[in-house]
Amino acid sequence: MSISKEPYRPLIVAFCCNWCSYAGADLAGNNRLAYPADVKIIRVPCSCRVNPTFILRAFQRGADGVILCGCHPGDCHYTSGNYYTRRRMALLFSMLDYLGIERERTRVEWVSAAEGAKFAATMNDFCETVASLGENKRLEDLRCKK
Amino acid sequence: MQRIGVFVCHCGTNIAGTVDVAAVSEALKNEPGVVYSTNYQYMCSQAGQDIIKNAIAEHGLTGIVVCSCSPRMHEATFRKTAAAAGLNSYMVEIANIREQCSWVHKDMKTGTEKAIILGKAAVAKVNLNAPLTPGESPVTKRALVIGGGIAGIQTALDIADAGFPVDIVETKPTIGGKMAQLDKTFPTLDCAACILTPKMVDVAQNDKIRIFSYSEVTDVKGFVGNFDVTIKRRARYVKEDVCTGCGACTEKCPQKKIPNEFNLGMDNRRAIYIPFAQAVPKVATIDLDHCNMLKNGKCGVCAKVCAAGAIDYNAKDEYIEEKYGAIVAATGFNPISMDKFDEFAYSQSKDVITSLEFERLTNAAGPTGGKLLRPSDGEHPRTIVFVQCVGSRCDSCAQKGKEYCSKICCMYTAKHAMLTRDKYPDTDVYVFYIDVRTPGKNFDEFYRRAVEEYGVHYIKGMVGKVSPEGGKLMVQASDLIDNKQLRIEADLVVLAAAIEPDRSARPLATMLTASMDTNDFFTEAHPKLRPVESPTAGVFLSGTCQGPKDIPETVAQAGAAASKVIGLLAKDKLMGNPCVAHSDENMCNGCSTCENVCPYGAITYEEKEFRMPDRTTRIRRVARVNEAVCQGCGCCTVACMSGAMNLKGFKNEQILAEVDAICR
Repeated sequence: MSISKEPYRPLIVAFCCNWCSYAGADLAGNNRLAYPADVKIIRVPCSCRVNPTFILRAFQRGADGVILCGCHPGDCHYTSGNYYTRRRMALLFSMLDYLGIERERTRVEWVSAAEGAKFAATMNDFCETVASLGENKRLEDLRCKK
Repeated sequence: MQRIGVFVCHCGTNIAGTVDVAAVSEALKNEPGVVYSTNYQYMCSQAGQDIIKNAIAEHGLTGIVVCSCSPRMHEATFRKTAAAAGLNSYMVEIANIREQCSWVHKDMKTGTEKAIILGKAAVAKVNLNAPLTPGESPVTKRALVIGGGIAGIQTALDIADAGFPVDIVETKPTIGGKMAQLDKTFPTLDCAACILTPKMVDVAQNDKIRIFSYSEVTDVKGFVGNFDVTIKRRARYVKEDVCTGCGACTEKCPQKKIPNEFNLGMDNRRAIYIPFAQAVPKVATIDLDHCNMLKNGKCGVCAKVCAAGAIDYNAKDEYIEEKYGAIVAATGFNPISMDKFDEFAYSQSKDVITSLEFERLTNAAGPTGGKLLRPSDGEHPRTIVFVQCVGSRCDSCAQKGKEYCSKICCMYTAKHAMLTRDKYPDTDVYVFYIDVRTPGKNFDEFYRRAVEEYGVHYIKGMVGKVSPEGGKLMVQASDLIDNKQLRIEADLVVLAAAIEPDRSARPLATMLTASMDTNDFFTEAHPKLRPVESPTAGVFLSGTCQGPKDIPETVAQAGAAASKVIGLLAKDKLMGNPCVAHSDENMCNGCSTCENVCPYGAITYEEKEFRMPDRTTRIRRVARVNEAVCQGCGCCTVACMSGAMNLKGFKNEQILAEVDAICR
């Protein structure tokens, strides 16, 4: 007797800034550029609104990968927000490294409102990377599972 | 506890084609706080909005989730709907199940699953929403038009006509754009200069319009109604207010061999020059790269001959800062480079030219004084071959050309062919085409006249190769209708080069945070209903920067953009963004971290008295957010170490609730 099991699909949380990346995601939609449904987007006003604890929370609750997208450096709608993002995420990444979380599970990408194609390509690539790493078991808090 | 209503939109089949909308509305029924859930074909329609309004009244809803298209599209619509039914408009959240779900996923099952999760996240967020009231901000009653071609000129004139001041920023020394280079215009064969130059003069004489020529926008900050723009005025080494435009300097300058950009390099200009006789402003400009005086301090002829004393070799680039309420992008187009199209021998033979060069060759003010002469030997060409769609509609050669249709080439080629046959009836004219596209008023009649009345040979087929052979051009082409190969010995080959947006458009879009498509054309807020607005509030689009267009369409769009700008500038106050930061003074420890990261200086500190449990009072330093200045980026919320700072509308708890809902 064989047990049919659905193929593993990663769960990916994407934080997108309202002005560039979220619009880039919309443009990917307008151009019907496909990427896996594993990606679930959360809209934030600026990438600097994303507290590193949001990312840790996602991992705790069972996300397999988290990607943070913002405007290109120098193009922030709020002039300097993404510079703060970049520094904060550098610190978070080294902490995740220290915790033994694979570096590839988190990513920061700059996607402008014009880069629908880049958005889709980035998501395709990220999904593939995370899928090859498999489930996030180290940081998932099983007590959160219902 | 909120009472939430969920409204799932089919968007025709846009969403319903890949997402089982009934399943989504059913699944969201059991979410915490949801008391009502339904789906409808078009939620944004009047009937759809009525469903929402009725449900608010009937079920006493306190929060709304609309699962539909992007909030960038219809968030404002549904907020108005909620407000009309007496609900605070910030109690509405959108789950984007079109752009970010149904349009990018093919499979019904995964699409539906994802739509449900996005809906759950939105419900989780609305559960924590609180009513918000926007503040007001003033409107700077001045508009900026970037680009001084016919699009920018018409927009500026229309805005100025309504009484608002306008500034035009143009990178070239004169306004006029591409239209100034054209000879005649289809389908009426009006002379381009005769209809453009009076408008240029109108601009120059209008006291509401300032022209910043030889200038560029280097920085844009702020938001709708309150843009702070930095304009770089490049040094032209001639005092604009002193120069009379007499042209004496341009005749005496010893640097004679500089390719004239206005005539596309087909003749020469001096190092000090006025682009063309009708230039506005009619002021000379010194070309820094070629002027001996500026390069090595040896010359000074222009200063000697200038009776007005307008030459200033020590001029420096100037930066002006100005406030604007609205910005119009009118950056225009350029023909694509022919470098990659070796098969047409453009770089090998002077007698292979682009249509814009042909335009200059037939122009009375052009390098030949309007006589159609071969650039190589100045002889009158007997056989001319026009090649259409060079780089346009190029599916297979996307790196080389463009996938889109450049729209204007069919008509201007018909015009060129007709004008050639009209002036020189002894000339044989061949046009090779894929399709002849003539949608437009009197366009098809015009094209048929070229064929029937003027005897232009239209041949369906593409030119495969052009090879220069002993002073002639051997054109090898296929005739698809007669199904045979043709060899034509031509004297002149004219390439209808595809058009592309000007290179300055992309950096400008970045500064304006306006979106662009993959071809670098500006994206409109809605392709049908908001065609002249950019999705970024306060930024408008005029002319070919938005897509290929002919002159009538450009002028129509310029007028439309102007009317949108006038509508904005006519307002005294704009509703601000209520999603601003807020500090909980009971938690704030006065550390100043938030003040340091705030890009707007919106955070100040005040000493405040607090009552302690032992009935004494203590004075503490706490942060206070100036809500009129805060733009709501949320940087301070992350920087705050005590967790006192939060962002209304995007509270920590709300985002965490979304994360939890997605990961559940």
